[in-house]
Parts: sequence; C-alpha cells; structure tokens
Amino acid sequence: MSAFVQLEGVTKRFGDNVVLKSVDLAVDEHQVVCLIGASGSGKSTLLRCVNLLEKVDEGRIFFDGKDLTNGKVDVNALRRNIGIVFQAYNLFPHMTVLQNVTLAPKKVLGHGRRKADERARQLLRRIGLEDKAEEYPDRLSGGQQQRVAIARALAMDPKLMLLDEITSALDPQLVSEVLNLVRGLTEEFGMTMIIATHEMSFAREVADQVCFLDEGVILEEGPPHQIFSAPRQPRTKEFLARVLAAGRM
Amino acid sequence: MHRFLEAFFSPHAFRQVFPDVWNGFQTNIRMMVLAELLVLAFALAIAVIRGLPGRGAWPLRALAVVYTDAFRGTPLILVAYMLALGLPGLNIHGISDRSPFFYGVCALTLVYTAYVTEVYRAGIESVHGSQRMAARSLGLSYAQALRYVVLPQAVRRVIPPLLNDFVGLQKDTAIISVAGVTEATVQAQNFGSSYFNYTGYVVAGVLFIFLTIPLARYTDHLIRERELRERAQAG
Repeated sequence: MSAFVQLEGVTKRFGDNVVLKSVDLAVDEHQVVCLIGASGSGKSTLLRCVNLLEKVDEGRIFFDGKDLTNGKVDVNALRRNIGIVFQAYNLFPHMTVLQNVTLAPKKVLGHGRRKADERARQLLRRIGLEDKAEEYPDRLSGGQQQRVAIARALAMDPKLMLLDEITSALDPQLVSEVLNLVRGLTEEFGMTMIIATHEMSFAREVADQVCFLDEGVILEEGPPHQIFSAPRQPRTKEFLARVLAAGRM
Repeated sequence: MHRFLEAFFSPHAFRQVFPDVWNGFQTNIRMMVLAELLVLAFALAIAVIRGLPGRGAWPLRALAVVYTDAFRGTPLILVAYMLALGLPGLNIHGISDRSPFFYGVCALTLVYTAYVTEVYRAGIESVHGSQRMAARSLGLSYAQALRYVVLPQAVRRVIPPLLNDFVGLQKDTAIISVAGVTEATVQAQNFGSSYFNYTGYVVAGVLFIFLTIPLARYTDHLIRERELRERAQAG
C-alpha cells in the first residue's frame, strides 16, 4: 500500500546538473511535510515534479494511487487536484483579485459565474481580503498578494497543496500573516501539504515530518523535534547552526 | 517663388482637384481598414503558431518562419505588382477575376502580417514564463493559458508598436496605386499630368498626415500612460 503521495527514486537533471538524486518520499493524507535545506538543494524542483511542472528523468511518483510518471496521466486533470503556491505569487496582473480566483473554477471546472464568484468571495472572506475583490494585484501588498494566491489555489478544492517558499519574497513584517493563514488551513481542513520553507520555527510548529535536503538528496527526515533538537547528520547540524546564526529560528 | 506656390499650392487648382483626391482617398481608407483588420487576425494566428511547443508542430513553425522572412524581406511594390499583374494572367476562377482593390488589400495584408507577427511574438515572449506556469498549475490547458493569461497581457504590451506599424500601412496604401487602384495618389497624378500642377499631391499628402496624426498621438498617450503606471508600481 503506497502513501497518498509517494516518490520513488526520483531523479531530475538540468543538463549536466543533477538537481534531485534518487529521492524517496512518502506523504500520508492530512499530513504536513516540510522540506528544509539551503537554496539550490532541490526543494522547489521536488515540488514542481509532483505536479508535473517539471518532467522527471528517472523514478516514479504516485498520487492518490495513480502513477504520474507513466506518461498516460491527464496532466490538466491531475493539476486540478494539486494546488501550488509560488514564491513570487504569480498572480495574473491583468485580472482583478476576484477574476484571479475564479478563472480556473470557471474555465477548468466549468462552474457558472455565480457559483464561482460566491465561492471566491467566501475564500476571500476567509483570508480577510473580501474588500479587495475588485482591486488589481498591483494595488495589494506582497502579503496580501500571496494570500490571494493561496485562495486561488484553494478555489480548485485541491487534495494536496504545494507551497514553494511562499514567504521568501515578503518583507519580514508580512511573513506572519501568510503563515497564520497556512496554519489555519492545516488546522481547519486537515489539508495535505508539502511545504518548502526557510522558516524553521514555522516548520517546527506545523510539520508532521521534516525532510532536510542537501544537494538533491533527502539526507535526513523525521518528526520536527528530532530534526531540530537532535539532528543526526553533520550536514543537518551545520545547516541548522547557520540558520540559527542568521536569526531565522 | 511665385511659380513654386502656383505649382504646389494653387487655390484654384485646389478647388478643382480636391473632390477627386478626396474620392480617391476614401479608397485608401477602405483598403487600410480592411487590411488592418485582416493583419490583426492573421498575425496573431501566425505568432501563436510560431510559439507552438513540441516536435510535432515543427513543420507549422517552419512554415510560419519562412512566411515572415519572405514577406518582411520583399518590397510591398513587388508584391503588389506580382498579385495585380500576375494573378489575372493565370486564368484561375476565383483568383484571376478579382478587382485591383482586392489584390491591393491582399498585398498589404501579406506584407504587414509578416511585420505584425513579429510584434505579437515579441509581446508573447515578454510575458514571463511564471505566468504560464501559474495558469497551467491551476489545471488550465495550453490553449486556455494562452487565451486567458498570456495573450491578454501580450496584446496590451504591443499596442504602441502595433499602431506604429499601422501608420506605415496607412501610408503604403498609396503604393497600391501601381496595382491599378484609383486612390488618392492616382487622382493627384492624373490632375498633375493634365494641368502640370501638383497641388493634388499636396492635398493627398495633407490628407495622409491628418489620417496618421490621431493614431500617432494615441500611441504617445498609451506609452505615457504605461510609464506612469509602471512608475506608480515601482514606488
């Protein structure tokens, strides 16, 4: 019996550069897994492989019992079930907040305008931005834009959420509003999530499982208290010491 | 000096020639509007074809490249001659029995579509890849991402250079006179060779200027507006 999300020997190369080296990972339903590690360790690439934004070179990925890597999977149908939020928000600048959130439900799920709008306003209320529905993204702060990006992903009712360093582009004082929202999602909906993050205290708090990536390899994984308090690998210790010195913990 | 004014700015000749030139000019406007609409549609289609992904689409992409290279490189006057003089000689029903006006619009469309394709393509490429990625990650297909996310942003960005090309197209409707279309230039020429007076050319020139000024000012306005918007965003 495979897990909800299961990676087996996933390898990804960009030219000669091997970004992921035979990565194995299992995520159960309602579990939150945090990926930590230095920039360039392969966290983002791993997330993008899971929803096939990047093509896997070797290995297999299973999602909800289906093999995503056999080439037969309907990519568009798969992505309906997997939401991803990016570091740079990537909102559509020519659309209002409401249009950003309703585009995919209308065009992909075929929802009518009223149904899509209603659901979107409900989500915007949840993230505290209902009054910004008619604004364009460039009128919003970074934290607000990122919350809208989360709402946009949630509007598809995904079974899995991938968060790709969603606070890295934010001013420090805006980080907490976004993290509070994510924390709420895990508590209210029991959403299954894979989170690549540099926010160690956040990872420690929300994660069921923490994976330390180093040069494309999951070097160490375990429950947060073990990874953060008693890391076994010297590279993990080194990384956490550096993070501590930088005041990110 | 007096002879110069008389030859180019004679009020008497103006009254005589204006109705004919104005009549001809309306043909220029008709050619221009028709060609511009066709160019907008065809150029967008070809720009999209040039951007199609995958190995299977390469013959289409190659065809689009050959087309743009060929017609961007060929002088409009040659294309106009080839269509207007060459096609009627072929005696093909539906192709050889058209009017000079038809061949003229075809020539303008063929040449300017090649230019505007490049303008659209630059616009499409200027939309950051992360926009397409975000759209695809929500489950939108390639075509939907293009239609709802990439193209609306691309088209907005290329409106100023596109209008610039249209100013060129408007003026080049005069070249279509060689295809035998009785437009403003021909009318001015007829008058000139009958009376040895060239006021008709000046009239036609002024009409062309009046036609392009609004478009040029509108382009300036769009560019200024965008600069303001971008500055507001940066601040």
